[in-house]
Amino acid sequence: MAVDHDHLITPKRDFAGRSNLVHLPWWFVIILGIIAFMAFRIMTDPLHQGIFNTILQGLGTTLYVTAVSFIFALIFGLFLGLGRVASNPIIRNLTITYIEFIRGVPMLVLIFTISFAVVPLFAESFGLANNAISLTTRAIIALVLIYGAYIAEIFRAGIESISRGQSEAARSLGMSRAQAMFYVILPQAVRNVMPALGNDLIALLKDTSLVSVLGVREMTQVARLSVSTSFRYEETYFILTLFYLSMTLVLSLILQWLQRRVGARG
Amino acid sequence: MIRIDGVSKYYGAFCALDNVSLDVQAGEVLMIVGPSGSGKSTLLRCINHLEVPNAGQIVVDGITVNNNEAHINAVRAEVGMVFQRFELFPHLTVLDNICLAQQKVRKRSRQESEQIAWKLLEKVGIPEQARKFPTQLSGGQQQRVAIARSLAMQPKVMLFDEPTSALDPEMIKEVLDVMLDLAREGMTMVVVSHEMGFARNAAHQVVFMDQGRIIEQGPPNQVFTQPNHERTKLFLSRILH
Repeated sequence: MAVDHDHLITPKRDFAGRSNLVHLPWWFVIILGIIAFMAFRIMTDPLHQGIFNTILQGLGTTLYVTAVSFIFALIFGLFLGLGRVASNPIIRNLTITYIEFIRGVPMLVLIFTISFAVVPLFAESFGLANNAISLTTRAIIALVLIYGAYIAEIFRAGIESISRGQSEAARSLGMSRAQAMFYVILPQAVRNVMPALGNDLIALLKDTSLVSVLGVREMTQVARLSVSTSFRYEETYFILTLFYLSMTLVLSLILQWLQRRVGARG
Repeated sequence: MIRIDGVSKYYGAFCALDNVSLDVQAGEVLMIVGPSGSGKSTLLRCINHLEVPNAGQIVVDGITVNNNEAHINAVRAEVGMVFQRFELFPHLTVLDNICLAQQKVRKRSRQESEQIAWKLLEKVGIPEQARKFPTQLSGGQQQRVAIARSLAMQPKVMLFDEPTSALDPEMIKEVLDVMLDLAREGMTMVVVSHEMGFARNAAHQVVFMDQGRIIEQGPPNQVFTQPNHERTKLFLSRILH
């Protein structure tokens, strides 16, 4: 038993050829295997190929909604996060109210509420026709408003993870509160929350499938439309699943690589 | 230079400072000693408003330290502070640590800030570390950078909050040497520390505090060799071995 335990801690010992197998990321190999199997079927079978090409038409919209929503959610979330730790109690409490409100409602419900209740209300008060704002734009607005609240909590945690001594040092050099925040606290906080932000990017990519309920022609909606005429449920939904799985896998590899690069810098 | 007048500070019911009054002349080196929890760090932190006193008044170089944000920033720009845990900015190089506040607060150009930074790094003896990040430096080197960073603002007063107590013994001297140089140049300094050697060599006045009060005050020789109060004697017998 003791020897086995030893292998787990020091897998690179000479006689431990067996432990190298133990330490292979098998989950990764299995997922790659599944993807390869599906890819093989798509390449060899015309039916699968057709479905693949159909869903591919939604890929651009999925990526577009993900990217645009994430960028604006980052900006919005940063402002909310700063409001969350503001010394002004009015700003702080209004921010907390918003964040708790969003976090207390299911995302699917919020997507309906924002798209069909909040956006039309605002559109009306700005004198815009109800249909002047496209469904894709509504979807992005909804995701930004929702993810902004989640990302705000990440930024808050990052800001609070920086020791008080850092802001005291900045303030004792004569910097204002805002200067201390922007030149000393935030740069460190952002670096600390990079992994958490990466997780939210992946979660957002997956959650774009929810905006299919608005009729936005992203991958899930395209797949649903296709199924409604072809009745090829099994093939279509397996290939759709494969699309998301490969995308999140690639994205997490990219994020890990980025993380290592940033981490190595200092 | 610093006038502290009847300052009290409470944390809930706990009294950290009890009606403390103290004057520091320009060019004077004042050392505050006392057991932990005696309020010496709190007093130091009140001088640049990192702690807000509940009562009393502090005037630094003619500026009253009150809740006015502009006053506070004005005082802080004139008062340098060195912390026990250095508090260098880990995401910036040594050079950038020294330049940041010069550029943002003093509104100096990058070039001028760097010139001043290089001069100060020479002064504290580590110009070769300028391009490194703080975590690559030893504790003693980090504290010397922290001193240089404060000096770059050309403060009229320097506050030292236990500057050597987080250091390994062999690094204490290099920091004390820098502080001794500063004292000789006539910097007004308030030092919370138990470095008796520094007190004897550089301090003009020693203040002994206990339970938020100043118990005894005088030149180092008098306070250390002929203390008037039992409490002072007991404390000194414990730290002078």
